[in-house]
Amino acid sequence: MTDIALPEPRRRGTLARLARRPLAFAGLVVIVLTVLAAILAPWLAPYDPNTQHFDGLTLQGAPLPPGGGPDGAFPLGTDLLGRDLLSRILYGARTSLVIGVVANGMALVVGTLVGVTAGYFRGLLGAVLMRFTDLMMAFPALLLAIALAAILRPSLWIVALVIALVNWVQVARVLYTETTSLAERDFVQAERAIGAGHGRILGLHILPHLLPTIIVYGTLGISTTVLLEATLSFLGIGVQPPDPSWGNIIFESQTYFQAAPWLVFFPGLAILVLALAFNLVGDGLRDVLDPTQRERA
Amino acid sequence: MSRTASLRSGAVQGPDTPPDGSPGVAPVLSVEGLTVSVATAAGPRPLVQEVSFALRSGETLAIAGESGSGKSITSLAVMGLLPPNVAPTAGRVMLGGTDLLRLPERRMRAIRGDRVAMIFQEPMTSLNPVMTVGAQLVEAIRAHEPLSAREARGRALDALRAVRLSEPERRLSQYPHELSGGMRQRVMIAMALALRPDVLIADEPTTALDVTVQREVLDLLRDLKRDTGTALVLITHDMGVVAEMADRVLVMKDGRTVEEGPVATVFEAPAADYTRALLAAVPRMGARPPAPPRPVAGPPVLALRDLVVGFDTGRGLLGRPTHRVHAVEGVSLTIAPGETFALVGESGCGKSTIARAIAGLVPFSGEIEVAGRILRGQRDVTRAVRRDAQLVFQDPAAALDPRMRVGDLVAEPLAIHGIGSRAERRAKAEALFERVGLPRTALDRYPHEFSGGQRQRICIARALALDPRLIVADESVSALDVSVQARVLALLKELQDELGVSYLFISHDMAVVDSIADRVAVMYLGQIVETGTRAQVFGDPRHPYTRRLIEAVPVPDPRHVRPPRLREAREIPSPVRRRGDPPARMALRDMGEGHLVAEA
Repeated sequence: MTDIALPEPRRRGTLARLARRPLAFAGLVVIVLTVLAAILAPWLAPYDPNTQHFDGLTLQGAPLPPGGGPDGAFPLGTDLLGRDLLSRILYGARTSLVIGVVANGMALVVGTLVGVTAGYFRGLLGAVLMRFTDLMMAFPALLLAIALAAILRPSLWIVALVIALVNWVQVARVLYTETTSLAERDFVQAERAIGAGHGRILGLHILPHLLPTIIVYGTLGISTTVLLEATLSFLGIGVQPPDPSWGNIIFESQTYFQAAPWLVFFPGLAILVLALAFNLVGDGLRDVLDPTQRERA
Repeated sequence: MSRTASLRSGAVQGPDTPPDGSPGVAPVLSVEGLTVSVATAAGPRPLVQEVSFALRSGETLAIAGESGSGKSITSLAVMGLLPPNVAPTAGRVMLGGTDLLRLPERRMRAIRGDRVAMIFQEPMTSLNPVMTVGAQLVEAIRAHEPLSAREARGRALDALRAVRLSEPERRLSQYPHELSGGMRQRVMIAMALALRPDVLIADEPTTALDVTVQREVLDLLRDLKRDTGTALVLITHDMGVVAEMADRVLVMKDGRTVEEGPVATVFEAPAADYTRALLAAVPRMGARPPAPPRPVAGPPVLALRDLVVGFDTGRGLLGRPTHRVHAVEGVSLTIAPGETFALVGESGCGKSTIARAIAGLVPFSGEIEVAGRILRGQRDVTRAVRRDAQLVFQDPAAALDPRMRVGDLVAEPLAIHGIGSRAERRAKAEALFERVGLPRTALDRYPHEFSGGQRQRICIARALALDPRLIVADESVSALDVSVQARVLALLKELQDELGVSYLFISHDMAVVDSIADRVAVMYLGQIVETGTRAQVFGDPRHPYTRRLIEAVPVPDPRHVRPPRLREAREIPSPVRRRGDPPARMALRDMGEGHLVAEA
C-alpha cells in the first residue's frame, strides 16, 4: 500500500531544539545572565546603590562620565546625586525583572482566563466578560493606576498589580477571538462527539493552540511593562526613591540627557537588550512548540 | 475563428486575432518539455517534469491525476501564476508564436485573461465579496480592452446571458454572496469568456459544486466551447468528468506524464499500469452486483423518529430572530446491526446535521434511539450514548488536533471514558493501528506527518477505540483521491464484517454510496424524498429528484451518451424560511417492500 510509507522524523527535547536556534539561544543566555546579575547584585555591585559618594560628583556638582572618579572608580559613571550607576543598574534589574515577569504573568493569566472562558462558553457569561473587558479597555490606564496607588500604599507589588490590571485586557480580547474560531474547528467538535469534558477540551485541545499568541504577548509585554513601570515611578506611584529601577533611573535623569547622556543610555540599553532577549526566546519557543514546524528546526 | 453571436453582440472588436496560423492545424497552445521546480534548502526539487502537450482550437484536453500529480502546477505555469519559490526550469509554453515563459510580467498580464483565461475551483474565493458582479466583470473587461464603461457593461451583460444566468440585468448589481455556488461559477466562466480567450484553463471547475449543479456547469462549458471555438484545458481528478468532457486526456502522476491519448483509447485500452489502476478504482454506478439483504438481527442500532433540527437566524427588532433554518424536518429511519445505511443529498439538504444531532453537537427535537437508549433532546446525549455512536469527519486533517501525537489521539476516547490503565490504552491503540493498516511505530508521530488516506485511517481507529455499535461517517471518503478512497472503503467493509458495526454513511457521491450501502435514503431540503434498499433506490428511482441526482452523475465511460437538455441556472429553494412558516411535510408512500417515496 503506497499510503503507508512514512518519512523518518528527527526528535529532540524542547530545550535542545531551542538551543539549535542561535538567536533564541542568545536571548536565553541574556535572560539567564540578567537574572543572575539581579540575584548576585550584592556581590557584583561595586557599591551600595543608594550611597551618595563624596567623590562621585565634579566640583561643580555634575555627575561623572563613565570611567570617571579616582582611578576609574565608577565604570559607568555616577548619577545626579553622585551614586554609582553600575550598582544602580544591577540592583534595578531586580525591580525590572520582578515587574516584567510578575506583572506580565498576572496579565497573561487573567487575560487568558477571561478570553478563553468567554470565547469557549459564549452566551451570557461570554457577553458579560467581554463587555467588562471593553469597559476596562476604554478606561484610561494611568488614571486607574493613580487611583489605585492613592488608595493602596505605593510599592513594587502595587505597581505589578496595576500593570497587570492594565495589560490583561488586550490579551483577553485577542484570545477571545482565537478561541471562538478554535472552538468551531472540527477537531474540537470531534472531542465533544467523543464525550470529552470542558476541562479536557480547554486544557488539551484549545490552550496548546493559543500558546503561540500567549508567548508573543508575554514577551512583547515585557518591554512595555518595564516602560510603564518607569512612567508610574516617575509619577511617584511606583518604586519609591531611593530604590533604583531601570525606569526611574531614566526618568530621574531625563532632563540632563544632553549634559549626561550615559545616565539614560545605559539603563535604556539594559531595557532594550532584555526586551529583545525575551522576544527572541518567545519567537524561538513558538516555533519549537509547534509540531508542524519541527522538521525545519 | 468562430465566435458566438451572443458573445459578439454589443461588443467592439477586440485586439487583432493572434497569428496562430490556420485553426485546426497549428496548435493554439503548445507546451514542450515543461519542467517546474520548487526551491528548497536542499536545492531545486522538480514538481513537474518534461510535460508536453499541444492544444488545438476548439479542442478539450483533460489533465487528470490525483493530488500531488502536478496537474495544477502545470496550469499555473502556463498562466505565469506560480507561487513564490516555484519556477519553470526548462521547456517552452508557446501561445501562437510567443513563449509565455520568457515574457516579462508586464506583458504576461496583458495576455492573462485576454488570450488565456482561467477559472478556479472555488468560485466564492475567486470573486471579490465587496464588489458587485457587474463591477467585477466590467473591471476585468476594461483592464484589457479600451471600452467605455457603458460598452463594457453591455459586454458583461452579454457574457452573463451566454452562461445562461437567469435575470442577467439583476445579477449585475448583485454581490457574490447573493448567488448560489453554481451561479458564482457561471459568473467566473462569464468573466473568463467575456474577453473571448483562445485558451480557457479550468482547474477543477466543478469539484466544489453539487452534482446537479456540476452537471449544469459541465453542459454549459461544453456548449460554450462548441460555440466559441475556445480551446479548453480541463484539470480534474474526476474520471467521469474526463470521459464526458475531453477529446484527449493527459494522465499525470508525481509530476510526470503517464499516458496521453484520445479519451476513448485511454479508457478502453489504457497503456500504463497506473491508468489502469486509476480507472479500476473509480467507483461506478451499478457496478456492484445486487446483494441479498443482510439478515436483520436484534433491535435497531439507530432509530430516528420524526427528527427535527432548526436554527434561528436573522436579526429583527431588538435582535429577535426573524427566520428559521429548517435543516432537518421530520426525518425517520432505522439502521439494523451490521447494516450500512447511506444518506445522500446535495449540500444544505440536512444530511450532516443529522450526524451532528446523533453526536449531540446540535439541539434537536423528536426522538433518537441509539442501541436501545431513547434520546429526546441534546441533553440526553450522555457519555454512554457517545460510546455507542462514533463520528468520522470529512476532512481528517481538520478532525485531528495537530498538536497531539496520533497515538494519544487514538487512545483519548478510552481515557475520556476511563477505560484501562495508561499501558492498556497504549496497547489498544497499537492494536487499532495494526487493524487499520498503520505501523505501530507511527504512534508517536503528529498528524501532519501523514497523508490524507493515512489520517482518515487514524480517524477510523479513533472511532473504533470504544467498540461502538454505530459509526457515523460524514463524507468520510470525499476528500480522498480515488485510489485511496477505494482502499478506505475496503477497510470499512472489512471492519464491518469483522466487528459487526453499523454505518450511517453520509455522502454526496452517488457512485460511492452505490458501492457500499445496503439501504439508502435521499434527502432534499431537510426531508427524505425516497428511501429503500440500494437496488430499489438506484435501480428503480421513483422520485423526480432521485432521478435527477442519478442522471447528473458523470459517467466514467466515453461511450455513454447523455440526452441533451437545456438548462438555466435558477435560484435553488432554500431551507431558510420566515419564522412561523414551516415547510410542508412530505408524506412517504410505500411502493412495495419498504421502498418509500415522497408524494411529489
